[in-house]
Amino acid sequence: MSHVAPEDLAHRAEEVLATLEGRELSKKERMGIPQQEMPAQDPVARRETMSEVTFGYTEAQARVEAARCLQCRNAPCIEGCPVRIDIPGFIKAIEDRRYGDSIEIIRRTSLLPAICGRVCPQENQCQERCTVGKALKDTFQSVSIGRLERYVADRAREQADNPAPDVKPETGKRVAVIGSGPASITVAADLRREGHAVTILEAFHRPGGVMIYGIPEFRLPKSIVDEEIETLKRMGVEIKTNFLVGRTRTLQDLLDKDGYDAIFIGTGAGLPKFLGIEGENLVGVFSANEYLTRSNMMKAYDRERADTPIFQPKVVAVFGGGNVAMDAARTAVRLGAESVNVIYRRTRTEMPARAEEVDHAEEEGVVFHFLTSPKRILGDDDDRVVGIECLSYELGEPDDSGRRRPIAIPGSEHVIPVDTVLVSIGNDSNPLITQTTPQLAANKWGNIIADESGKTSMDRVYAGGDIVLGAATVILAMGEGRKAAAAINGMLRGEPEET
Amino acid sequence: MNQILAREQLSEQVFRIRVAAPLIAEERRPGQFVILQLDTNFGERIPLTIADADPDEGSITLIFQAVGRTTQRLAALNVGDPIENLLGPLGQPTHIERVGHVVAVGGGIGAAPLYPIVQAMKAAGNRLTVIVGARTADLVILEDEMRAVADELIICTDDGSRGEKALVTEPLKRLCEADPRPDLAVAIGPPVMMKFCAETTRPFGVHTVVSLNTIMVDGTGMCGGCRVTVGNDTKFVCVDGPEFDGHLVDFDNMLKRLGAYRKQEQQAQEQTPHPKERCRIPEVRS
Ligand SMILES: Cc1cc2nc3c(=O)[nH]c(=O)nc-3n(C[C@H](O)[C@H](O)[C@H](O)COP(=O)(O)OP(=O)(O)OC[C@H]3O[C@@H](n4cnc5c(N)ncnc54)[C@H](O)[C@@H]3O)c2cc1C
Ligand SMILES: Cc1cc2nc3c(=O)[nH]c(=O)nc-3n(C[C@H](O)[C@H](O)[C@H](O)COP(=O)(O)OP(=O)(O)OC[C@H]3O[C@@H](n4cnc5c(N)ncnc54)[C@H](O)[C@@H]3O)c2cc1C
Ligand code: SF4
Ligand code: SF4
Ligand code: FES
Repeated sequence: MSHVAPEDLAHRAEEVLATLEGRELSKKERMGIPQQEMPAQDPVARRETMSEVTFGYTEAQARVEAARCLQCRNAPCIEGCPVRIDIPGFIKAIEDRRYGDSIEIIRRTSLLPAICGRVCPQENQCQERCTVGKALKDTFQSVSIGRLERYVADRAREQADNPAPDVKPETGKRVAVIGSGPASITVAADLRREGHAVTILEAFHRPGGVMIYGIPEFRLPKSIVDEEIETLKRMGVEIKTNFLVGRTRTLQDLLDKDGYDAIFIGTGAGLPKFLGIEGENLVGVFSANEYLTRSNMMKAYDRERADTPIFQPKVVAVFGGGNVAMDAARTAVRLGAESVNVIYRRTRTEMPARAEEVDHAEEEGVVFHFLTSPKRILGDDDDRVVGIECLSYELGEPDDSGRRRPIAIPGSEHVIPVDTVLVSIGNDSNPLITQTTPQLAANKWGNIIADESGKTSMDRVYAGGDIVLGAATVILAMGEGRKAAAAINGMLRGEPEET
Repeated sequence: MNQILAREQLSEQVFRIRVAAPLIAEERRPGQFVILQLDTNFGERIPLTIADADPDEGSITLIFQAVGRTTQRLAALNVGDPIENLLGPLGQPTHIERVGHVVAVGGGIGAAPLYPIVQAMKAAGNRLTVIVGARTADLVILEDEMRAVADELIICTDDGSRGEKALVTEPLKRLCEADPRPDLAVAIGPPVMMKFCAETTRPFGVHTVVSLNTIMVDGTGMCGGCRVTVGNDTKFVCVDGPEFDGHLVDFDNMLKRLGAYRKQEQQAQEQTPHPKERCRIPEVRS
């Protein structure tokens, strides 16, 4: 994809809109409307800045894109959305310029549209099912549901139409919500709305979970996450930072000594995996979590003001092919690396990262080494990284997941000289709470076991998000939070539990 | 807010502060530490051992050496000032058990994290020999406190200005040579000192616990920045430690990892110059 200047995109949309205005459009005509590209910063210029890469649609772009929606009666897109947003409903409202209605429709089911519109892997969710994409035989030609969602949410934010939801009279019940990622934010909002006293307990000094410490500013501005936290505070949710459950207090003590009536655990999947290969503890090898946390939460990219240092890379290897790997690679680009190489075992089609991030990374000059896997990391006498030895792979038969299994080619060892390695092969869940709470059942990966409603093996204790699902997505965490909040509310009101 | 309740200068660059932190005071056990940050927006998170705690007052004591930007800023705070962010208690508590004769070695500022362990070891009924080492007399800290707990206290300085003119490994070796040998050694101090203490006790088969002071960010197991090689395994100091079997720790790798940001730290130092030359904690020569 080549970069088109935002002014040109805006101009083209105005022209198209002029031809559509005031007419009844046939399905065929709608299908013929060109998909609206996301305006973005110039790929060269953005290598130097942490500010958000994409600008969001103009009003004309949003309305043209909305006109592409066929308003399918069966709306297959809704099935693809984990929280079942009424997609044709909110899109129709955009087409009709009823933006207030549009945001209202979204808010019925989603609490964080400005965030999900930006970070949802839409091509695997709502947009994968879209009739337009199916008809054009290309998912990437589907109606840009996520971009439209972002447009409506941003527009509401800009117009300060972000009212704190009404809070019902106090019930006298107290709930502790552990962690402050999307699952916890959702539970806190939903329970506070019902009049329960809610306290968020977060280990870090800043609330927001991965959305603050992991996902970089250039993809999700921190001010958007901060606003959601502010909304919680305005609703009367108490937020205690620097509180590590399992150490500052055990889970059991929260129930017994501190008298909480219910607990929600939304502690995420924050334990970085390593490959276990030779050289992984050399100087210059970092988990993506560490690298991203230093840059995002500790603001190490702001070298003038931040106290936290960050390793200055020249030639970087990033292991992995997910969102975390893309974020690490693109952060390294912005921190001045001369060359950034993503090392991935399979091919581009199998990469779990959002397609848009892969495109953006490529535009920014990140180099991809597909069908390649690291065998060991090489160091000098001072234990500093000097290179990685890799093996080449070819694709064999499909495995259980239906993906073709990569097979190492014997004798294909080759060395890529690098001075920095960012390991981004995924995260497991942090074992602290399960270790300090023997009664709490977890599976062999350390994920807390919870039923459909989020109920765990312990009375009055619920869990959701990545701590239950394994590393997943923001929207799934939010959806789980919604379900758990409903169950907790029912329990606190003394309703019989569904079993 | 975690207010500073008391502040005292123990030696030229070593300070002791008492900080209000009721929950941490209640929960902490010997061997555990906190992570603090002085400025939510741009501050660095640094780990410091909980040197003592008073659950009744709801306070903890920290003893630290002003070596870099954050510790110098901390040293400049006054009674009544708040510490914006204070997280803890972190890490695994020391395994306290009655084993018989325990030798506890504290090098420089290492005497601070050693003190609560010494207290607990004594309370568990162990015979206790404490060795406190420093470069010079002015840098010997917690002498009175140690003397009050220890059955025997050995002080040594590099220049002989106080106690024996020796490195801590010398009395340690002597004790290992005695019959019966000590049942356990605990060594806390600069990494090089811990390394040579472990080397000293190894031939005698005296189990030696060390407390590692790696670079940390979160202190909760999330970043892996604190990882060390112990035996054939990678361990995270903040959650698996900070204490490990000194005979299994790869100190050379740890020392190199500690130097990963040296250049940047020096630059930060130059931006906020300290009036006095940087104090060097005593190093054991090989
Ligand atoms: C770099 C990166 C990029 C990603 N990109 C995307 C993307 O583009 N799209 C997408 O949908 N998803 C993405 N994800 C995944 C997504 O961020 C997560 O699925 C989601 O944030 C999970 O939410 P959660 O509420 O379960 O927990 P988290 O967001 O993980 O938050 C958990 C919080 O709990 C706190 N905590 C942990 N243990 C304790 C404790 N014992 N006591 C107190 N607090 C504790 C943590 O400090 C943290 O703040 C990405 C993840 C990463 C790491
Ligand atoms: C579990 C744990 C417990 C600790 N307990 C104490 C304590 O009780 N009292 C105390 O004074 N210090 C303790 N430390 C060390 C303390 O964390 C560092 O001195 C502090 O991070 C320095 O921060 P700074 O910004 O002032 O200096 P920086 O500018 O970060 O560093 C200044 C100099 O100190 C060196 N340095 C940086 N970090 C460390 C480190 N972790 N260990 C050794 N040298 C380092 C640097 O290489 C540099 O030369 C502990 C460390 C750990 C991991
Ligand atoms: S929340 Fe995500 S999946 Fe649902 S409609 Fe929005 S972008 Fe699509
Ligand atoms: S499937 Fe596509 S075209 Fe149909 S309603 Fe949903 S978004 Fe519109
Ligand atoms: S400090 Fe981050 S994992 Fe230990």
